[in-house]
Amino acid sequence: MAVTLTPSTAPVTPARPVRDRHHRGVSRWVVLTLVTLGALVMLVPFAFMLLNAFKSPGDYSSGGPLSWPTEFYTKGLRTYWTEVNFPLKFWNSAVIAGSVAVLGVAVSLLNAYALGIGRVRGRLWIVGLFLLANMLPQEALIYPLYYVAKQVGLYNTQLSVIIIFTVIQSAFGTYLLASVMGTFPRSLLEAAALDGAGKWTVLWRVVFPNLRPTLAVLLIFFFIWTWNEFLIPLVMLIDNQTQTIPVALASLQGDRLMDAPTTNAGALISLVPAILFFLIFQRTLARGITAGAEK
Amino acid sequence: MAVSETVAATPPAATPTPPAPSRRRRGRNAAYWLYLLPGAVLFLLVIGAPLVGTLYLSLTKWSGIGDPRWVGLDNYQQLLQDDVFWASFRNTVWMLVAMVVVPTLLGLLLAALLFDVIGRRFKPRTAAALRAAFYLPQVLPVVVAGIVWGWILRPDGAFNSLLDAVGLGALRHDWLGDPGTALPAVMAVMIWVQIGYPVVVFMAALQRVDPELYEAAEVDGANWLHRFRAITLPQIRPETFVVALTCTIAALKVFGPIFALTRGGPDNATNVPSYFAYYTFFKKLQVGYGSAISTVLTLIIVVVAGIFIWMQARSERRDRGF
Repeated sequence: MAVTLTPSTAPVTPARPVRDRHHRGVSRWVVLTLVTLGALVMLVPFAFMLLNAFKSPGDYSSGGPLSWPTEFYTKGLRTYWTEVNFPLKFWNSAVIAGSVAVLGVAVSLLNAYALGIGRVRGRLWIVGLFLLANMLPQEALIYPLYYVAKQVGLYNTQLSVIIIFTVIQSAFGTYLLASVMGTFPRSLLEAAALDGAGKWTVLWRVVFPNLRPTLAVLLIFFFIWTWNEFLIPLVMLIDNQTQTIPVALASLQGDRLMDAPTTNAGALISLVPAILFFLIFQRTLARGITAGAEK
Repeated sequence: MAVSETVAATPPAATPTPPAPSRRRRGRNAAYWLYLLPGAVLFLLVIGAPLVGTLYLSLTKWSGIGDPRWVGLDNYQQLLQDDVFWASFRNTVWMLVAMVVVPTLLGLLLAALLFDVIGRRFKPRTAAALRAAFYLPQVLPVVVAGIVWGWILRPDGAFNSLLDAVGLGALRHDWLGDPGTALPAVMAVMIWVQIGYPVVVFMAALQRVDPELYEAAEVDGANWLHRFRAITLPQIRPETFVVALTCTIAALKVFGPIFALTRGGPDNATNVPSYFAYYTFFKKLQVGYGSAISTVLTLIIVVVAGIFIWMQARSERRDRGF
């Protein structure tokens, strides 16, 4: 999801009343048909995936990728599930993405508090540095990280990946939250200070509750981004016990085990968690965005 | 890496500079540095130090074992004569077409049609459902997308079967295996992966535009294309900048799809700098040379990002009439 997280200054205007003064009887249907066709083309690969995930290898070799399966074949799915040890990979991905999401938001919050509300000197440069860090190609960091991880015994541990992504994601989070906190109502902060609240109290009692919707959105983004990351987990996690779903699937590519039904079944179950998060989080996202806009 | 960096953050609104802080206030603010400490330490350890490390290694020859041997700028000189290096950057230009130019233009058109025509003349649910269809590939881990497309485009894959089924069997082809078609095929996949992002951002942006502008234009007799050019495009320019910037960075860094689809092959036809660097680091064990590739890529990204941000700042200043 891509959304504007910063409170928008534009007035929230009600949806424009339907006015059919200019109704274009034909052209609007043409547009609808064309866009729908485009949308269907987008969905074709998913249809292929579904069609072939439950097809037996015999069916596949005789009928090809487009044939309707003659039986509901689930062995491909089961092969993938057990051979890859999918539950473990799912757990690994969830632990890594979950830890990064929470830690990344925490670090972003602390950084942004100093930059956006504390307005420490040189903050524009610091924010720019964080933004730049988020854009760096991971190749520019990977070898020293890999080497040092090996030296200190963090190689092939999830902790290494968690630490690295906490920093990479929080670089973006800091940039974003610093700009959101830059517009935080000063009167609230001053009122709290008059009541004798220290900086730590202000952060947790005043700033945190007000930013909760934005933080929730950030948490979800960090989770999904980390879940989908590839290069660093590929380099850092080398065995079955530690790998994430994308890495496990990619390392099986070209394997004899991975016939067409198994490949599709594997892709399909790797897709399910992503779609589930999307559906679950969509409401949170929508709430977060509107809550941000109302301020 | 399409989903990453997708939050369209607008830079902080310019606030009037506060009056010069009194000494007391500066002292109070100094305490905030404490909050920056954990982040700064982590940042230096995970980003700062490795970046300097890569820069240093790019000036050495090293296999990852023993001590790096200092060679000065040798790696960079070698890069300039390396055909694979140039091929990888040529392919990056094509990735920019497939991941920035086409998705942004197509995304603008689709978002405008979805918002303006379908959202208004049909039920909003129709527009939302269509938008979801375009967005779905963005939810998929890119590596999974690459694996599925790799299978679809195989000689015995679904795409060739589809050609057979519609009577175009003569066009059957090893799409990813032929150096002549591999790059266009990868580009097509990247457009498919990428298109949902601009559509969603632009549709959100259009909701920000004051409908009265459109009504006024309609009263003046402007047709859809006029309104698109005179109102829609200028109004959502901030979002267009953000989309173009994030997509450009993603295209320069693209790795996962190339890894899953072609591993840079056949014959480097789809190699890109980040895959080239990965391969040089971990398959050829030429750490110094790989670091030089990474350093060049980093420099390019920094320069491109700088140009974008400068252009954005300039256009905002112009808008405010300075």
